[in-house]
Amino acid sequence: MNDTGDQVKKPLHPAAASSQPFQVADIRPTERLFDDPEGRDRLEKVLSRYPEKRAALLPMLGYAQERNGWVSDESMAEIAGALDLTPAYVRSVTTFYTMYNRHPVGRHLIQVCTCISCHLDEADEVFERFLSETGTRAGEISENGRYTVIEAECLGACGFATAVQVNDRYFENVTPDKVPAILDELD
Amino acid sequence: MGYPYSHDLEVGTLLSRHFGNEKARTLEGWKELGGYATLPRALEMDPDAITEVVKNSGLRGRGGAGFPTGVKWSFMPKEPSGAHYLCCNADESEPGAFKDREILRWVPHLLIEGCLIAARAIRAEHVYIYVRGEFFPFSAILRDAVVEAYEDGYVGENILGSGWNCDVTVHLGAGAYIAGEETGLMSSLMGGRAEPWIKPPFPAQSGAFGRPTTVNNVETLAAVPMILAEGADWYRQWGTEKSPGTKLWCCSGHLERPGTYELPLGVNLRDVIYEVCGGAPDGKKIKAVVPGGSSTAMLTAEELDCSGCYEGMAEAGSALGTASPIVMNEDTNIVQAMRRIAQFYAHESCGQCVQCREGTSWTAKILHRIEEGDGTVEDIDTLYHLCEQMTGRTICPLADSVVFPLLSSLDKFRDEYDALIKR
Repeated sequence: MNDTGDQVKKPLHPAAASSQPFQVADIRPTERLFDDPEGRDRLEKVLSRYPEKRAALLPMLGYAQERNGWVSDESMAEIAGALDLTPAYVRSVTTFYTMYNRHPVGRHLIQVCTCISCHLDEADEVFERFLSETGTRAGEISENGRYTVIEAECLGACGFATAVQVNDRYFENVTPDKVPAILDELD
Repeated sequence: MGYPYSHDLEVGTLLSRHFGNEKARTLEGWKELGGYATLPRALEMDPDAITEVVKNSGLRGRGGAGFPTGVKWSFMPKEPSGAHYLCCNADESEPGAFKDREILRWVPHLLIEGCLIAARAIRAEHVYIYVRGEFFPFSAILRDAVVEAYEDGYVGENILGSGWNCDVTVHLGAGAYIAGEETGLMSSLMGGRAEPWIKPPFPAQSGAFGRPTTVNNVETLAAVPMILAEGADWYRQWGTEKSPGTKLWCCSGHLERPGTYELPLGVNLRDVIYEVCGGAPDGKKIKAVVPGGSSTAMLTAEELDCSGCYEGMAEAGSALGTASPIVMNEDTNIVQAMRRIAQFYAHESCGQCVQCREGTSWTAKILHRIEEGDGTVEDIDTLYHLCEQMTGRTICPLADSVVFPLLSSLDKFRDEYDALIKR
């Protein structure tokens, strides 16, 4: 603790710079990524872990999403500039992966696994229940800005079907009846 | 619900001994439990001697292919002309598999120690642990463990005063099943689309960043410290001649007690499903089991009496894969289940090879059509034809992964397809 009573934040260890959760509710939208010391610090620490600049691409796309909640064209251009890549190349990589949001999403991105083991459970019903409880269609942001519900391919929690990921958290053994309680639990 | 369940396992659990014990997550707690005791020994050993022990233990890759780990390590150049890398494959995404996450979240330091010993053996200077992006809660535990290990001198420069340097970086994926294929993983690590490449060059010749690289699964690396500590013969007391040791079995689907269980290789698959997991709930009968993760051939309930090891599952006409049986009860619509499996592979095809890109998506579309009652007899022929086109003709085995369950479902449950097809 410091004299103002705030927890002193430990500086990020470089070994951990490429593994920060990048789907979080606590976003601080910012126009530019590398105009402040935090952004430049992250870039420097990530770059220190790889023999080639390009390898920082996924971690930095994650960083853009960690800050803004999604990966905009502007962020891609900025990252391209920082890593000596073309914006077109960065776009080709960004769109290859499912976890980079190409549009803003609700504060809570709810991903329902509907792959085989969850499908054998009640995944389809759980998914429908999330949609009806949030009053959205798949991929939409709810009116209050809190929720976006989508289907996910296997989340790797097959023994605990149905698995649901909300931002960086896992909910397991979810049944349709448990959906309202999960939504209540999210701030 | 979740790990651990008590079960009648005659052997003491090896990998899973400390699952469920919060103490094992911290460096201090882990050392009290006997952790990091093998690393000092490895640091005094000749790298090739470490490889020899692992080779003699018969440890086989736990990511699905079952390649002998020590043999894989021996492909690495003995006299480095530059950097070597170790990639730990924690991109666990095969439908049915959920074993590596238990290692990441319960015994992260066991994995780190295994990575370091392997890195020592293959003369690697940097270990990249590639964790699938979705695993935030588990990668965070691993990440904190790595930082702790740095702070205590187990990772980084001059490890434990030995003069040996080795870095460890936890690297997150971003949602791509194909990044679990070893060359796809390296493509992704290097900042690219996770597109596999044609071998040769093999990773040991030219892998990550164009340097000799070994890619090993989490469960494989986690077994290394105990093998080095106790010896190859000790490890061979479990399992079979060709498949020594224990294996984390992840069992899902219609089961009374789904979950991750550590069992010796060679365990009878029927026992895993009925004894360990309690069979299907509500007194239902079991119709089919996809025994090794969704990319393996389906077995009927009558075919489960087989040896749960690499060679035993091959003899049974399927594969051990990641030892991830997905169980379907008598009410399961096989065509619908197969459609859901095909849909996964269609979604995850990287799109480089035509046979895979078109084959997986047409398979899913045709199965959907049959499921909806709009299929024709010709559709069955087309599915067989697609299977032929998708087998062994692509850069990586993703297309083959849909062929195994599809062909077996067509052969063994043809009546279900026929019943849905309009005559």
